[in-house]
Amino acid sequence: MTVSPTASSAATPILRATRPRWGEQVIVGGLFVAAAFSVLVTGAIIAALLGPSLEFFAQISFAEFLRKGIWAPRQGEFAVFNLVAGTLNVTMYALIVAIPGGLGAAVWLSEYAGPGARKTVKPILEVLEGVPTVAYGLFAYLFVTPILQRIWPTFLPGALGEPPGIFSSGAAGLVMGIMLIPTIASVSEDAMRAVPSGMRQAAYGLGANRLQVATKVVVPGALSGIMAAFVLGVSRGIGETMLVLIAAGATAQFTLLPNESVQTMTAFIARTATGDIATGTMDYYVIFAVGALLFVFTFTMNMATIALVRRFRETYE
Amino acid sequence: MKSSAHNRVAQDSARDVTDRLLSGGGRPGAVKSAVFQAAVLSCVLIAIVTLLAVIGWAIVAGWDRLDLNLLTQMPSGMRSRLQTSGLQSAIVGSLMVMAGLAVTVLPLGIAAAVFLEEFADQERWYTRVIEVSVQNLAAVPSIVFGILGLAFIMRGPLSFGSVVYTGSLTLALLVLPTVIVTSREAIRSVPNSIRLGSMALGATRWRTVWHQVLPVSIPGIITGAILALSRAIGEAAPLIMIGTATFVTFNPAGFFEGRFTVLPVQIYYWSSQANDDFHVLAAAGVIVLIAMLLSLNSFAIWVRARASTDY
Amino acid sequence: MKSKHWTRIVALSSVLAIGLAACGGGETADTAQPATETNDSTSEGSTDAAGSELTGEIVIDGSSTVTPHTIPAAELFQEAEPGVQVAVATSGTGGGFEKFCNDETDISMASRRITDDEIAACEAAGVEWVEIGIANDGLAVAVNPDNDWVECITVDELTAIWQSGSDVTNWSQVNGAWPDQEIVLYGPGSDSGTFDYFTDAINGEEGNITANYNDIGEDDNAAIDGVASDVGAMNFVPLSFILESEGAVRPLEVENADGECVAPSEETVQDGSYNPLGRQLFIYPKASSLERPEVGAFIEFYFENQEMIAREALFIPLTDEQVSEARANVAAAIAG
Repeated sequence: MTVSPTASSAATPILRATRPRWGEQVIVGGLFVAAAFSVLVTGAIIAALLGPSLEFFAQISFAEFLRKGIWAPRQGEFAVFNLVAGTLNVTMYALIVAIPGGLGAAVWLSEYAGPGARKTVKPILEVLEGVPTVAYGLFAYLFVTPILQRIWPTFLPGALGEPPGIFSSGAAGLVMGIMLIPTIASVSEDAMRAVPSGMRQAAYGLGANRLQVATKVVVPGALSGIMAAFVLGVSRGIGETMLVLIAAGATAQFTLLPNESVQTMTAFIARTATGDIATGTMDYYVIFAVGALLFVFTFTMNMATIALVRRFRETYE
Repeated sequence: MKSSAHNRVAQDSARDVTDRLLSGGGRPGAVKSAVFQAAVLSCVLIAIVTLLAVIGWAIVAGWDRLDLNLLTQMPSGMRSRLQTSGLQSAIVGSLMVMAGLAVTVLPLGIAAAVFLEEFADQERWYTRVIEVSVQNLAAVPSIVFGILGLAFIMRGPLSFGSVVYTGSLTLALLVLPTVIVTSREAIRSVPNSIRLGSMALGATRWRTVWHQVLPVSIPGIITGAILALSRAIGEAAPLIMIGTATFVTFNPAGFFEGRFTVLPVQIYYWSSQANDDFHVLAAAGVIVLIAMLLSLNSFAIWVRARASTDY
Repeated sequence: MKSKHWTRIVALSSVLAIGLAACGGGETADTAQPATETNDSTSEGSTDAAGSELTGEIVIDGSSTVTPHTIPAAELFQEAEPGVQVAVATSGTGGGFEKFCNDETDISMASRRITDDEIAACEAAGVEWVEIGIANDGLAVAVNPDNDWVECITVDELTAIWQSGSDVTNWSQVNGAWPDQEIVLYGPGSDSGTFDYFTDAINGEEGNITANYNDIGEDDNAAIDGVASDVGAMNFVPLSFILESEGAVRPLEVENADGECVAPSEETVQDGSYNPLGRQLFIYPKASSLERPEVGAFIEFYFENQEMIAREALFIPLTDEQVSEARANVAAAIAG
């Protein structure tokens, strides 16, 4: 059996045996099926959402669904704009906390932390990421909200100066942001570690200090991974259900303030699907329409990430 | 350093700082550096403090009910019995769902990762489709998986009904992308020299993977598995949709028989009841969940420490 | 050596998984006794001193309002009949009916009557059912304890505050005698049976509600919290939450159809004087399930002990009249 290494395309050269081993072919085929299963699942999700969504859109046009207006499905008002605004509101406040927090944590882990500190902190961050979201929701509602109510800066002008009620997007966003820090930090840190130490050494050799190395050499060099981390954080924020269900509220209104009660798309779906509405009605089909909209959102952002990463990727070695 | 034709960000930045340094220009002073270091450190500290706050709050809130009864007793719905009510059915239910989940998603996810890293031709269209699918699934909200499970697993082609394995399979679909992505990272981090050496000695691709690559990547794969299980253990929304009960006083009869409940669903239900004693129980349930999470993570750390090989 | 280990584990798990899949499937309800027993056994009640060994599984699903009532029933029944397993889930009234008409549950809990669409769905699937009013409930309207200006509120005043399109933001707008105080409203969301009932009774139509209220979803605790923290606040919640709140909020008297101011209580709901905000809670057992002895025994146990269970769950027991009516419905369903 002769082997001939072909030109390296990516990581591994492809060595082809002259006599095919069918046992291996079967195994590789099996692995392929396992990988292709993901496509099957995606297809199943689309199938599950499509039918009832079509029922919905047969009666309500896209324009009516996507316009700015009142969201009151029981009274025939199907303008989803307020729900989308609610999702973006909470996610925005989450990202205000998570992006600097996650990036900062990643920089610390990658550039400043000693091996002992890394060994301790990384598992702690993993635990933080794994805390059940129902616990975060209860924590936000029972602990964070009362504190916010007490320390709210009432000198702020207008509606911003009012302390939040029992539900607020700020309380949910704050806790969600901290929940997302480990996600953003770990992906960013992986990207930063991929920047070869040679580059760091070169910079230090020229007299740069750690601040400069971190901000001018490492972060730009790991930019694609960091951006991927951000988008992953955004996706998780948009898709979070239990936290917002418990702490953000159920009032579908258009507001960007953090001290107001809002309803997100995910909370609406969860609440209505387990609520008292009857199936087969418009109130029921609207769940799937909102679900489909969510799916489109995350899919679009996903595509954007792939394009972004491709554009900014640095390959070393 | 190879970079894509359009991207100059890293190069520009590196060139910029090099220029500045070589020209003897200012570098950020000691104060600025110290502030920056404090800032990034505080990010980590905020995260740690919050974790401690969550655990602390749960312990304080659930303190009255932190006793062995939680493990040995079944739940009760009667106010007069809340002092001795337990969580056994929920704990056993959660453990069984996790077991079914691990058995299902680990082989599937690792196999997919192996294919994508070792055997897939990156230029083919179907490889791209698979990768996009995996990435996409990672971002789908958990409630949508509940809809999926209801339509296709509980009913539809599989029609398992509201049994433990329905929960396991629904959650398996939810965490599959996590397992695939983290396993791929682990496999990718195996030095290429090992593969090349193995194949140079005459081993086939598959034998290289099975005997050389996989054993080395086990720690990373296990980390990914633990991450996935951790996420799944705390999921309530998809399980509610596939018919998880909020009250059972018996442990599940099997993976494919009988109704069941899990800890997060139980916690969520109790937290919405009128009586305060239920809230105390809910907090105690949170502590049990976090304890299970911590043991999972500790197991991962132990495995990583034992199985880690340095190159 | 390591790989042999792994191979064994993988092989074992796959065999296990396949084996489980092959053996599994099918509800344990199938193993319940065939309905060869006569109907008399159900009317004897579960306190069968001869130690009847009932077995089987009963699956109950539905409204989150009725769940706190059914859970004690299930718990106590299982103590009387340890061979029977009762599982209670909370998918909501609508979700419960959906599973019920899909023949996946034995009993559906509902905080409202079954709708025509749901009746049609059950008919299409061949599922026959019985409607049983299992408890009475009062919907209370509550205000902050420091609210000293209103004791009794009329339905018209409630409608003015709560109806769709209402621009009421201040107590004085509704009644001149009331002070200049901002009104803050709390109430459950549109997917709640409590919401359906209140909007139907006060605003004349289910779903008809002002946009200016704080929607607390299904967490009635939050409505209590909201009112307890604001002197101008008002909410509507099931009476049980008021009773559990231990004075955090104060229920109002409502002027009924006869012009009398009536406070919500067990007596006033049972004798019908607390209207229009008195309601019934329902369970819908499947006719085919009733033929199984354990299900019949459970329903009978429920009737026998409904007063104690209602007090436990802080609902209002049925009157004797209501119990006889319910029993008659069940007997008719079994016979028919």
